[in-house]
Amino acid sequence: MPQFDLTTNSNKVQSVLTVEEMAQSRKIQRRRKLIAFAFVTPLLVFVMIAFIAPIGTMLYRSVYNPTVAQLIPDTLEALSDWDESSDARPDDAVLNRFAVELRQLAIDRDSGKLAEEINRGLPGSSSVIKATGRKMKKMDPALLSSEGASLLIATKPQWQTVEIWRVMKKSGAIFTDSSYLTALDLDRNSDDEIVPRDTQVYIQLYLKSLKIALTITLLTALIGFPLSYYLATASPKTANTLMVFVLLPFWTSLLVRTTSWIALLQTNGVVNSVLQYLHVISEPIEMLYTEFATVIAMTHILLPFMILPLYSVMKGIDPSYLRAAMSLGAKPIPAFIRIYMPMTVPGLSAGALLVFIISIGYYITPALVGGTDGQMISNIIAFHMQSSNNWELAAALGSLLLALILLLYWIYDRLVGVSNIKLG
Amino acid sequence: MKALKRLGVAIALCTAAAPVMADQFTAVSFGGAYGAAQQKHMLDPFMEKTGHKILFENYSGGIAEIKAQVESGNVLWDVVDIEVIDLERACSEGLLEVFPHDTLPAGDDGTPAKDDFSPEALSNECGVGNIVWTVLYSYNKETIEGGQPTTIEDLFNTEKFPGKRALRKRPQVNMEWALLADGVPKEQIYDVLATEAGQKQAFAKLDTIKNDLVWFDSWSQAPQLLNDGGAVMVQSANGRIFDAIQSDNKPFEMVWDAHIYDLDVWAIVKGTKHKAVAEEFIRFATSSKPESGMQDVAYGPTRQSSYAYVDPAIIPRLPSAHLEEGLQASGTFWADYGESLGEKFNEWLLN
Repeated sequence: MPQFDLTTNSNKVQSVLTVEEMAQSRKIQRRRKLIAFAFVTPLLVFVMIAFIAPIGTMLYRSVYNPTVAQLIPDTLEALSDWDESSDARPDDAVLNRFAVELRQLAIDRDSGKLAEEINRGLPGSSSVIKATGRKMKKMDPALLSSEGASLLIATKPQWQTVEIWRVMKKSGAIFTDSSYLTALDLDRNSDDEIVPRDTQVYIQLYLKSLKIALTITLLTALIGFPLSYYLATASPKTANTLMVFVLLPFWTSLLVRTTSWIALLQTNGVVNSVLQYLHVISEPIEMLYTEFATVIAMTHILLPFMILPLYSVMKGIDPSYLRAAMSLGAKPIPAFIRIYMPMTVPGLSAGALLVFIISIGYYITPALVGGTDGQMISNIIAFHMQSSNNWELAAALGSLLLALILLLYWIYDRLVGVSNIKLG
Repeated sequence: MKALKRLGVAIALCTAAAPVMADQFTAVSFGGAYGAAQQKHMLDPFMEKTGHKILFENYSGGIAEIKAQVESGNVLWDVVDIEVIDLERACSEGLLEVFPHDTLPAGDDGTPAKDDFSPEALSNECGVGNIVWTVLYSYNKETIEGGQPTTIEDLFNTEKFPGKRALRKRPQVNMEWALLADGVPKEQIYDVLATEAGQKQAFAKLDTIKNDLVWFDSWSQAPQLLNDGGAVMVQSANGRIFDAIQSDNKPFEMVWDAHIYDLDVWAIVKGTKHKAVAEEFIRFATSSKPESGMQDVAYGPTRQSSYAYVDPAIIPRLPSAHLEEGLQASGTFWADYGESLGEKFNEWLLN
């Protein structure tokens, strides 16, 4: 954002001004600031609504889970006296209170919410809770408050076990780090120690996403650099024509570009047919629905993000530097590497950051062409948003991805320096 | 000027009269050939008959969007076509209105609704069964080698039938098939799958063909993979394959052994402003004649009286003609284990 150069101007004239004039000038300054602020306001509001608020909500949602606490406050209060590390289930009084609450939940048609939350900690308990709820619904609340425990156990033997009550107590916490632990493939055991989880998924996926994003960044740089150099040094007419080809993908729908890769890469697709026709291969190679497909399609899609900053930076480099180096005796290749390349770093930085950050959270292309091994972390976030409805875990996974990107950005700033970045 | 005045009056009349006479609401379903059949046999006739207007939108299943709308109090969808697997959850979480089953009209042959519908279609208080559909596997007669697969074991037999198999990337159906092919009796499938050992057994069976598997994300990819040679056998919703055979004359063959059938249900989103007309629509859409229109995509009607309108040549190709070969998908099981098996499935994919 450009800084308004008001202070320096007024400082210069300060000495010749009277007190009234000073006051007046301050008033004018204030007004100018207000106007400047008014200009920025729409953007600020937009950024607040479209960016800061959702991210804030996401961060909050990943630790704040009041559902269980709101559904069964009475049971949780009773459970607070129960020692969850013991091997005995809570006593009958607790179960009675739960039976009464469960009956009410079933009547209000809220038992499914409780079932979903508890099921997350103990798979299989969803049907236990729903079935018990249906049964309790028909019971007399007075009877439940005295005989609830035996009725619960008669309906489903699982109420006799310690695990379900442990999970119930644990899920009752309003603020919890359990989503983050899950997102890091960790879990708490009954002794409250942090241990690796049975299923190890998310760390692997983060690493895989990092690997894919780095590969794509490297590939776009390798392909983009010579092309940008050619564009920057070609005659304006050729450069403009070629620029259209660089920009063309930008004007095409992302879905169209991804789908055309499907047509190219599939088993009997263009690439395989050509290779077979040329007798390079005898059997079609499997390319679609692999990591290779994800990498190549995303490299194609993200290439303009690398070329554009590189091109505009290269365009600004005076060719006389290179000529001067050579006239001073440098050979063309060392001159290029030692004189020209360092000057392109700002463009390369900008391109690499853009490509890397966009690709690490990419969703559509891996989902369409990635198959099994081309999956990225965004696909699993989508799974938890859409199918499993575990929004807390999705939020935790998203927050960790954000943290990871910020961390990498910080390392990058340390190594290369963000002030070096130039988009043109 | 006079004309203008008349126009003004006409507009005023229209806008004033419209909300009283006709209502406008949104119905949501799965699109594709299925959506087209619903449009033709359920929505269009309803709009013609009643003058109400229905906006028809597509979604890809799941309850995330419904949940978001109900929780935020901003209900944009009124009627949804929902899979039984999701219905169970949506209903018990209070995301759907209770539907009064006793208001359903009798069949065209006079059978009361209660006896006319199959019991599964009315088993949930939140909706009315709309179709019976199924997931089966299909092969391409031109690319298959080693004879004609007929059983679920053949899908796992890569020696006799070499080539890629395409499955939808999720544990549902695949886990059931793995156990069935491993010799677990049909009636014990979900009990076995609920145990740690059973899950291991299923993954071990899937391991045997892991290198020959191709995964896809949307049913629309299934016939395409079979056609393009991406796989010689694909898992698919039966309607997609039927449509490819009927309308595009594709050389596909369906294998009915161990198909996993399920119902789709019309339900009403909780908090809708158009509850009365939404109920009216569901009563109409699930009456005998509109139901029978689903034969266009080989999905079976859920009420007996509809079969009077179904082309006898198509009846053997409907899931309802093959129920004894199949297994009904368990909504309860997947509500219990969908998420944990989803994670384990992803872990298995990565290793």
